[in-house]
Amino acid sequence: MSEHHGPAKGIKRWIFATNHKDIGTLYLWFSFAMFIIGGAFAMIIRAELFQPGLQMISPEFFNQMTTMHGLVMVFGAIMPSFVGLANWLIPMMIGAPDMALPRMNNLSFWLLPFAFTVLLSSLFMEGGAPNFGWTFYAPLSTTYAPPSVTFFIFGVHLMGASSIMGSINIIATVMNMRAPGMTYMKMPLFVWTWLITAFLLVAVMPVLAGAVTMMLMDIHFGTSFFNAAGGGDPVLFQHVFWFFGHPEVYIIILPAFGVVSQIIPAFSRKPLFGYDSMVYATASIAFLSFIVWAHHMYTVGMPIAGELFFMYATMLIAVPTGVKVFNWITTMFKGSITFETPMLFSIGFVFLFTIGGFTGLMLAIAPADVQYHDSYFVVAHFHYVMVAGAVFSMSAAIYYWLPKWCGRMYDETMGKVHFWIAFIGFNIAFFPQHFVGLAGMPRRIPDYALQFTDFNMMSSIGAFIYGAAQILFLFNVIRTIVAGKKVDDPQVWEGAQGLEWTIPTPAPYHTFTTPPQVK
Amino acid sequence: MADSAQHRNSIRSTVSRLLLVVACMFAFVFVVMVPLYNVLCDALGINGKTGGRYEAVSAEVDTSRTIKIQFVARNNDDMPWQFGPTDKVIRVHPGELGSTTFFAKNPALQDMVAQAIPSIVPARAAAYFNKTECFCFNQQPLKAGEEADLPLQFIVDQALPEDIQTITLSYTLFDVTDRVASAN
Repeated sequence: MSEHHGPAKGIKRWIFATNHKDIGTLYLWFSFAMFIIGGAFAMIIRAELFQPGLQMISPEFFNQMTTMHGLVMVFGAIMPSFVGLANWLIPMMIGAPDMALPRMNNLSFWLLPFAFTVLLSSLFMEGGAPNFGWTFYAPLSTTYAPPSVTFFIFGVHLMGASSIMGSINIIATVMNMRAPGMTYMKMPLFVWTWLITAFLLVAVMPVLAGAVTMMLMDIHFGTSFFNAAGGGDPVLFQHVFWFFGHPEVYIIILPAFGVVSQIIPAFSRKPLFGYDSMVYATASIAFLSFIVWAHHMYTVGMPIAGELFFMYATMLIAVPTGVKVFNWITTMFKGSITFETPMLFSIGFVFLFTIGGFTGLMLAIAPADVQYHDSYFVVAHFHYVMVAGAVFSMSAAIYYWLPKWCGRMYDETMGKVHFWIAFIGFNIAFFPQHFVGLAGMPRRIPDYALQFTDFNMMSSIGAFIYGAAQILFLFNVIRTIVAGKKVDDPQVWEGAQGLEWTIPTPAPYHTFTTPPQVK
Repeated sequence: MADSAQHRNSIRSTVSRLLLVVACMFAFVFVVMVPLYNVLCDALGINGKTGGRYEAVSAEVDTSRTIKIQFVARNNDDMPWQFGPTDKVIRVHPGELGSTTFFAKNPALQDMVAQAIPSIVPARAAAYFNKTECFCFNQQPLKAGEEADLPLQFIVDQALPEDIQTITLSYTLFDVTDRVASAN
């Protein structure tokens, strides 16, 4: 067909990319680079915490590391990686030739390298990088912030604009470009979770932009949004931030739910159990995420009625989440399961995410949270949902779809080794943090009391193991692309379902230029 | 299908509606969240914020109850002023006008302007603690080395819940010299 043309040659292919597959690839490589950088920051943190006392870095630099680790991982690694996945997969899953707005797609990706150059360059500035934690509570991030905070604000604005454009594109694609017969309730669950995630992003990224804009005005233009001396209130910052921040954690985890909902049925050789309830559960979680934000702030001095409301609303989230976990397990029940690497990561996800969910329930209990608040228990909790949740599902997704993307199979043994090293390393790193947290070790402090030494050493060793596993992952991915065993079966996995498995392998540059008919 | 005008229009309308949502949510932060937070704090007395000047109404003094009022003063950050209550504790009946002063001295070598920010514990009592006169209503300028007694007059409302016997009123003194200078 004459209108089929290949990609442009050389660097121009990437700079002017409008093809959803190229942009997906850019997002994925960018997020992997950020994952390595954010991981390096984590290694510095764990090296310092290997022993009590100050060994390697100054407390000031330690604070910069915790801040940058959080920001880079959340905004640079996890979020763009799922946007990359969405770019690659959503058009292929709904039978569309491309995203609805290919040029905006290009812009939304290319804002990110600039945003993170701005953010990371602050490490080399006088006064150092942002050091107020990834939650950047005022007045730490206003009155007491290093001068580089303005660069941080600009970086957040850029990445927020990028996320908003990316999610508008996804919504426009899903709502307008589905193949004939692809009704909403026939869409793969990954598309559903991303559609809902994109709505969350459109609703809350402007709130984040508002929060940093208020910071900017307080710092440079003499306003007093968060300054008590001028009639403002630092607690207001926490409300605005968490009104964004709580939906944000579901923005991170919902696409992960979508990924495992694709993979578990494929390797159980059974259709997903309870598709409809999965969709409704996702929508309920998204709705509830807007009315639970103050459970991050139980200790600021809320009225008892407020604490009770946020406590019960938070616990309510366990219901739709429980529906999801139930459905995944029931999908596996009596299936003829095989344990290829994507399935291992997905089962690891279900198991460890559920642990993270349970500790989340513990943290939701307002009176008990007073003890857990700002301790390592919180750190353990959110790493169980962020790393074992989002990052494990991302690893599963890469192993699952990489053969379709590049027409080459990854090394199964190396993949399984990656999984087991990551799984064991992760648990050695983060399980002990529950104990030190309950015993009273505060987060974001470079030094600690002597009795926490053993568990912190374990934690650091586990973190190094987990970090090393990612190098193996990188090697496996590159080896697959360069020299993996060729696959040309469109199906790739015998149990895989969905339109993306009907096109040739490797996926051609242009797919579904004529829409498929979905029965 | 992909190039039809109808298809383009439907994408365009989806995008414009989403852009509207983005604009509304950005405005929502400034137009709704910030004022709503302040209104809620005022109305519910959360955060221990006290209201503005109170016009005294003639009301009976409830001599059956005595409320202990404790005064606390602290300086924000590196504010150099000497600042403290003249009376650490006074006892009043609900409905009775209480009166005290705070002492302030500017030991610095330059003229400064301060702003005191009140806060009440328990926060529930904030709605019942009415100030008819308070130095916190205005910024307080003191010349270098100058000192002053700052007046405070208040009435505890008769409707104060029975279980509250002690109210602690805390003032934090902020240095707003630069803020005032840059505003002028």
